[in-house]
Amino acid sequence: MIEARHLTKVFDLPPARARRALDTGTDRGRAVREAGGVLAVDDVSFSVQQGELFVVMGLSGSGKSTVIRMINRLVAPTAGNVVYDGTDVGGMTRQQLRELRNKRVGMVFQHFALFPHRTVRENAAYGLKARGMPRRERLQRADRALEQVGLGQRGDAYPDEFSGGMKQRVGLARALTTDPDVLIMDEPFSALDPLTRRSMQEQLLELQRDFRKTIIFVTHDLNEAMRIGDRIMVMRDGRIVQLGTGPEIISRPADGYVHDFVSDVDRTRVLTASTVMQPPWVTATLDEDPASVLARMEESRGRGVYVTDPGGEIAGVVTPALLSEAIAEHRADLGDCVGDDYTAVPDDTPLVEFCHLAGGHTVPLAVVDRNKHLVGVVPRARVLDAIASAPKDVNEHA
Amino acid sequence: MPRIPVGTAIESALQWLVDHVGGFFDALSAVLLFAVNAVYTALATPMPFVLIAVFGLLAAVTVRSISLTVFTVLAFLLVVGMQLWTQTLETLAVVIIAAVISITIGVPIGILAANSPRVSVCVRPVLDFMQTLPVFVYLVPAVFFFGIGVVPGIVATTVFAIPPAVRLTELGIRQVDAEIVEAARAFGPRPGQVLREVQLPLALPSIMTGVNQVIMLALSMVVVAGLVGAAGLGGVVVNGVTQFNIGVAFEGGIAVVILAIFLDRVTSALGGSRGSGRRARAALDMLLRRRPREETDQVPVRTAA
Repeated sequence: MIEARHLTKVFDLPPARARRALDTGTDRGRAVREAGGVLAVDDVSFSVQQGELFVVMGLSGSGKSTVIRMINRLVAPTAGNVVYDGTDVGGMTRQQLRELRNKRVGMVFQHFALFPHRTVRENAAYGLKARGMPRRERLQRADRALEQVGLGQRGDAYPDEFSGGMKQRVGLARALTTDPDVLIMDEPFSALDPLTRRSMQEQLLELQRDFRKTIIFVTHDLNEAMRIGDRIMVMRDGRIVQLGTGPEIISRPADGYVHDFVSDVDRTRVLTASTVMQPPWVTATLDEDPASVLARMEESRGRGVYVTDPGGEIAGVVTPALLSEAIAEHRADLGDCVGDDYTAVPDDTPLVEFCHLAGGHTVPLAVVDRNKHLVGVVPRARVLDAIASAPKDVNEHA
Repeated sequence: MPRIPVGTAIESALQWLVDHVGGFFDALSAVLLFAVNAVYTALATPMPFVLIAVFGLLAAVTVRSISLTVFTVLAFLLVVGMQLWTQTLETLAVVIIAAVISITIGVPIGILAANSPRVSVCVRPVLDFMQTLPVFVYLVPAVFFFGIGVVPGIVATTVFAIPPAVRLTELGIRQVDAEIVEAARAFGPRPGQVLREVQLPLALPSIMTGVNQVIMLALSMVVVAGLVGAAGLGGVVVNGVTQFNIGVAFEGGIAVVILAIFLDRVTSALGGSRGSGRRARAALDMLLRRRPREETDQVPVRTAA
């Protein structure tokens, strides 16, 4: 969908001199500095898939805002290019670029950047106005977008009558009215208080679920990144330090910088059942002979095993007691002796939501995938490990 | 150090201009004369009391102050009482023409300067020159080109009044929040749309301050223009001073002050010094008999001028 290739941006130097400094080879950052420029973004490549919520994370000065502005060319790259749906953005004519900005890429800003002299409705309709759409129609569509963000009745107000959260909803509505495929959001929630930020994050996730927009989201808040991002690109000094899913970054930080960064993160919200689970020690299928299952279980000193049906879904659990009973009754398979003393959670459940369930039954917590297939178990000890241990250890066990 | 003949050079340059493009100056002179006469005729046609009522209304609508409205009416009645009404209108006509020309020239240059550092750097010394060169110095060449009368007065006044229009327009546009301008650009507007719909409206308070300054400078210059034969209050004051008639001079001076206060309050109210830019916009809308909040694709500043 969007592919950034070797994006590089030098500020404060004419492009030709900047490129000459970059070509020196060895230490580009120093070469640019000595020439009097600032190397804001240094050889950044990544690609964003359709429908993905891609987070660019970094502290201020890491070049994250510059990177996203090169996607719709609000900032022209010094070197490298962005390919949008197979078209090189740098090679676009003015007209094509206007169309890209107007129809395909919506943008939301950190300080809202609403037009103070226009009503909220007119703000939301701005992109359509730029398109030349007749007034009545664009205001109707603006109202619909305001409805989506929960401000349906407030179109006649002016932005300065609104709180921060409401203003950013207007900013979001403004980006949504043009019905773009891609939303670029530059620290959209940074200026909001924590509670508002959370509800806006939820609203954004909802919107993304409903409309499957591709979202490129900039933040300096790792918790936010972990909460909403499908993948996260961590940047530092204009370079990519790591690119991966939240749990990947938490459990395998690329270097000390990322490691320090993630040490503050609430791990229980990031780690999911699938990242902390382990393969079940023993499983059985419904058509197995109770005696052999009991033998296997004793061998592994387990107190119960999960029984799956032929489709791979969990049918129940059997314990030594249940199995002995079945053997006494001369049953040929496990069909009638499975119990339901267990809990299963979907594999994408955050740790915080299921850690209290671990250890509640004789068998460990079951983890199931989207098709309800048993994919792993989480014994109580694993939960404690995941919360307490250094990231590397979690990784080794997994 | 040998003498550098700057003066001689300028003299011959001016002479060259008169000899070679004199026709242009004659035409310009005719146009200006026609314009100022048209404005004067329009002002002088209604009865003085009708116009005074209009002034009062204008003060009431824009400034929303009863005291200023009362002051406006009483003060202009005083002007009529001093039998200076005609001269006041002549002066007002010159101020209006000079202000319109200054703004039409100054605002676009200010816009260019705001968008291009190079233009800004080039324009600045020229503005300094125009503002600080003693006014009499270019009053004389103006006479040289346009002869005695009201036209050199208008030209000198215009030259003197352009700088604040340029400066405050540039300042206003530069002060518009960069993120807002970027947001506008991010939605792919048509060329010029960002300027018209975002930068100019948001720079409007500053631009209107510029307009206010232009008018005040024009008014102060108009009196000086009396020296080169421009009629109006300048003429009254100059007569009073040269004939040592203190009474006449003061009467003319008081009329100038009244006009100045009125113009200043009304134009600065439009600039939003008493409230947000939106109030100014609403006032503009009212003035132009538009429904408030109705969309205007026009540049407000142009209609205001």
